[in-house]
Amino acid sequence: MTLRSVLVPMVALIMFLLFWEGLVWANGWPNYKMASPSDLGPAFTKHWQLFLIMSWQTLWRTVAGLLLAVVAGTGLGMMMGFSRLMRDALYPLLVGFNAIPKATVVPIVSLMFVGAHDLNTVLIAFMISFFPIAVSVSIGLSTLEPEYRDILRSLGASQATIFWKIALPKTLPEFFGALKVAATLAFIGTNLMEIVSPHGRGLGALFDSGKTNSDYPLMFAVLITLAFLGIVLFYVVVALEKVFAGWAER
Amino acid sequence: MYPMIKIEGVRHAYKTPSGPLPVLDGLELSVEEGGFVAVVGPSGCGKSTLTRLVSGLMKPDEGRVMLHGEIVAGPRSTVGMAFQNPVLLEWRTILQNVMLPLEIVPTKLTRAQREERARYLLALVGLEGFEGKRPSELSGGMRQRASLCRALVHKPEVLILDEPFGALDAFTREDLWQTMHKVKEREPFTAVLITHDLREAIFLADQVVVLSGRPARTQYVLEVPDTGPRDLNHLYTPEAAEMLAILRHQIEIAQGRAPEEEPAT
Repeated sequence: MTLRSVLVPMVALIMFLLFWEGLVWANGWPNYKMASPSDLGPAFTKHWQLFLIMSWQTLWRTVAGLLLAVVAGTGLGMMMGFSRLMRDALYPLLVGFNAIPKATVVPIVSLMFVGAHDLNTVLIAFMISFFPIAVSVSIGLSTLEPEYRDILRSLGASQATIFWKIALPKTLPEFFGALKVAATLAFIGTNLMEIVSPHGRGLGALFDSGKTNSDYPLMFAVLITLAFLGIVLFYVVVALEKVFAGWAER
Repeated sequence: MYPMIKIEGVRHAYKTPSGPLPVLDGLELSVEEGGFVAVVGPSGCGKSTLTRLVSGLMKPDEGRVMLHGEIVAGPRSTVGMAFQNPVLLEWRTILQNVMLPLEIVPTKLTRAQREERARYLLALVGLEGFEGKRPSELSGGMRQRASLCRALVHKPEVLILDEPFGALDAFTREDLWQTMHKVKEREPFTAVLITHDLREAIFLADQVVVLSGRPARTQYVLEVPDTGPRDLNHLYTPEAAEMLAILRHQIEIAQGRAPEEEPAT
């Protein structure tokens, strides 16, 4: 990592915060209308323990949902990528499922597994994030040029060998592209559950308590924390991409 | 003694939504061990189907495809293939790409011996020093050379070349023709070359087979006389001009643009 690649985003961030502060100051907005960055510091210091606990709860449930999405999405993608029949059968179902607003699924899931808050949250994070993974894996596999298959098949390689040696690595760049989208989507899913059907856990619950107590700076501080966690997870995916599909960068 | 490759009375049709599409109808071919046959014919006449039959990726509806007198029932590791698209794996180095078949085909070679074999071939085609590069760092001609090494690394009996030089510029192509001759001197293989280039056919092959338009049958076979080592000047001799004229005429017949004559005896 060069100095530039750290400095440029830092400068952009500082400029954004200054712009935000300036906007609030210029309009004379009170903090219940729009908190300014300078209001956030006290909110964080006052509740820092809560932020640590809730962040951790949100983070692990998001990552769990995302991992589930990777497993299920890759599985579905493989089925659709290798079999035309499965592709024709599953695509409309998947698109239909994806079109359902997940906020409407939250009450269904919470009723189905009453009290199992961790499971509910992980499920919603999973449901909202597996779609891009399934689609990209299926496209990656179904667009594999036949010659790639033929060079190994003509030597008597099995389907499994062709998958491990060629199809899988060739699909990795598309997979990671989808995983970046899925990682941020999974956060939306987790928070949807935590806010719409709060059980007192996670950043969503903290946001909700800010709302109930009219602690507006706290609500903004939660949003900023969520953004921060999203960025962290995104760069974890970027780092994994560098390791496993770095060759695709030209 | 069986010929290395023998194709007898092969007929094949692809199933399409609008009914069967016959592509091969009476294909005959015989190549001795160490022979080099070039197959030419109009576009879409079924030449690539022929490569898939010989490599065992496909079985014909009718007729027999035999290697060494044995009917080809499925893919076999004694075949090497190279296509117009070099299909190198971008996540592997050139050396790792060339070694790929040795990971599939059963071999007694140790890892060091496999690497030695790959390095030897890469040096033979003039890619010494490029072993550690990625495919995208190489030119089209160099990638095709690497693809050729990969097709040969497991010492196949039969080398199938499906227009491997088709996408290259004229000078690079001629360079690669000469490389092919150099490789042929060192590596024993029987080759089937699919091509659209008649000069390429008579420069590389000892037998040129002209296929008719679809559905393809063997329309004409030209024997290229063995006059010792060939260089590019051989393409500009009266003998070469005569062979090219015959082949061009046969292609015109295959395309339905010239009246078919009684074959000269």
